[in-house]
Amino acid sequence: MDLTELTIKQIHEGLVNKSFSCVDLTKAYLKNIKEKDKEINAYLTVTEDLALEQAKKVDDKIKQGQEIGPLEGVPCAIKDAIMVEGQKCTAASKILENYVAPYDATVIKKLKEQGVVILGKTNTDEFTMGASTENSAFGVTKNPHDKTKVSGGSSGGSAAAVAANMACFALGTDTGGSIRLPASFCGITGLNPTYGSVSRYGVIAHASSFDQVGPMTKNVEDAKIVLETICGKDKMDATSADYKYEEAKTDLKGLKIGLPKEYFAEGLDKEVEQIARSTIKKAEEAGAKIVEVELPNSKYAIACYYILVPSEASANLARYDGIKYGLSENGESLLDVYIKSREKGFGPEVKRRIMVGTYCLSSGYYDAYYKKAQEVRQLIRQDFAKVFEKVDLIFCPVAPFPAFGIGEKADDPLAMYLVDLYTGAVKLAQLPALSLPAGKIGKLPVGLQIIGNHFKENVIISVASQLEKMI
Amino acid sequence: MISKEEIQHIAKLSRLELTEKEIEKMQKDLSAILDYFDLLKKAPSAAKAPEGQVKKSGLRKDEVVSSHDIADELLSQAPDKKDDYIKVKTIL
Repeated sequence: MDLTELTIKQIHEGLVNKSFSCVDLTKAYLKNIKEKDKEINAYLTVTEDLALEQAKKVDDKIKQGQEIGPLEGVPCAIKDAIMVEGQKCTAASKILENYVAPYDATVIKKLKEQGVVILGKTNTDEFTMGASTENSAFGVTKNPHDKTKVSGGSSGGSAAAVAANMACFALGTDTGGSIRLPASFCGITGLNPTYGSVSRYGVIAHASSFDQVGPMTKNVEDAKIVLETICGKDKMDATSADYKYEEAKTDLKGLKIGLPKEYFAEGLDKEVEQIARSTIKKAEEAGAKIVEVELPNSKYAIACYYILVPSEASANLARYDGIKYGLSENGESLLDVYIKSREKGFGPEVKRRIMVGTYCLSSGYYDAYYKKAQEVRQLIRQDFAKVFEKVDLIFCPVAPFPAFGIGEKADDPLAMYLVDLYTGAVKLAQLPALSLPAGKIGKLPVGLQIIGNHFKENVIISVASQLEKMI
Repeated sequence: MISKEEIQHIAKLSRLELTEKEIEKMQKDLSAILDYFDLLKKAPSAAKAPEGQVKKSGLRKDEVVSSHDIADELLSQAPDKKDDYIKVKTIL
């Protein structure tokens, strides 16, 4: 039995039945990381000591005959934009290269309370800005299925770690597709929860009206177990919602599934479309009713997204000034310290987005860009609201194509932005959505995106876990 | 094409200092991105003012929420300090 192939539930059973110890399990993962990660580059930090210490505690508990929880002793990876106390947290940026997290993010606190084993911190695009991890200051994460391709982004390190059996599950963050896209490219399950259902306290901010933390797992059930653990109201995050995961048993028979015609249009790779349609057909055969729906403002989504997100980011990233923490360059004046630290610490994409955001918010351009984009965001939100009056879920592709080549889009920022075509609008409307592995083109996995109404993660998960067995 | 001066002005507002090469690339990239944003001019006007957030989240009362006792840990991250104070360059 290869321990690193097990799901959360299988690990739990193995630990309870004493088929293996938690230390042995953890060592099996650490061995995989040592052997594979030089090439893949999923991890920025491996927290071996912390992992073994946590594993030993779990073994002691089992030895003493104590009961263990469903996540207890399960080895996981954490995106390096989420703080784990006493460990480096870089957001894959030079400006935070030596930053050590002073406290645990609420999601980490919750996972630690459940006794998880933390294997390390995973690679991301710098400050989670990107769709390929090529914007990481510490090198790209290669796709475990084809190492000439990207793993997707920004949570590419988390996706690759799970796909290559270097973690049982991982946490990612999603601002415009950053959980679902790498999940699709790497062939794992990734859930972007409803805005507010998971606390962001201790998560490095990118765009605050978009950012969400979510699970990246080997299957749908695992995603559910992780979501159940990390969700809920947190007094340290005013935007967190009073949300508790409640199990749903959604019958495929009679379920109404909407296919947005704008998402099955020009630009969609034929083979990706075929994979999506064959899964949709299976749902139909199981009794679901498939209807075509319209999201007429979809064409504005990317423009709208790439005005609002950089605007929020330009404000959020003002805190990196070389004074309070992070990289600090010497300068003659206070302003000089700010400018020199930021110039040296930020990479090209981060600078580009700060510039775009500052431009859109600047006097004279605010109405034409930021204010207009806020209005369009409202239209996009209304589009989805209208569709959810008629259907229970929306099915569509995650991305227009499978994983692309390393370097293919790296020099063309606009081409990279368009990767978010089917994932960005969901975030403008603050909806939950899951990427379910649905097939492969050659070696490359392709995901199907399942979008639900606000706080309907349970319906998404119920339906996805039924479909998972049919694919 | 967005002018060099305009890029320098935005960089100044952004507290960034760009090299000549970066300015050139930024002119090209920002022009392409801003041209793409023109698409929004065709979008209809929203029927009502943008809402804040989704239902279950909301604003909290304007009260202090204690960030537990991590003042020392936070201070220890400052690159330059004296006792319990963060040091900055003279500004006057």
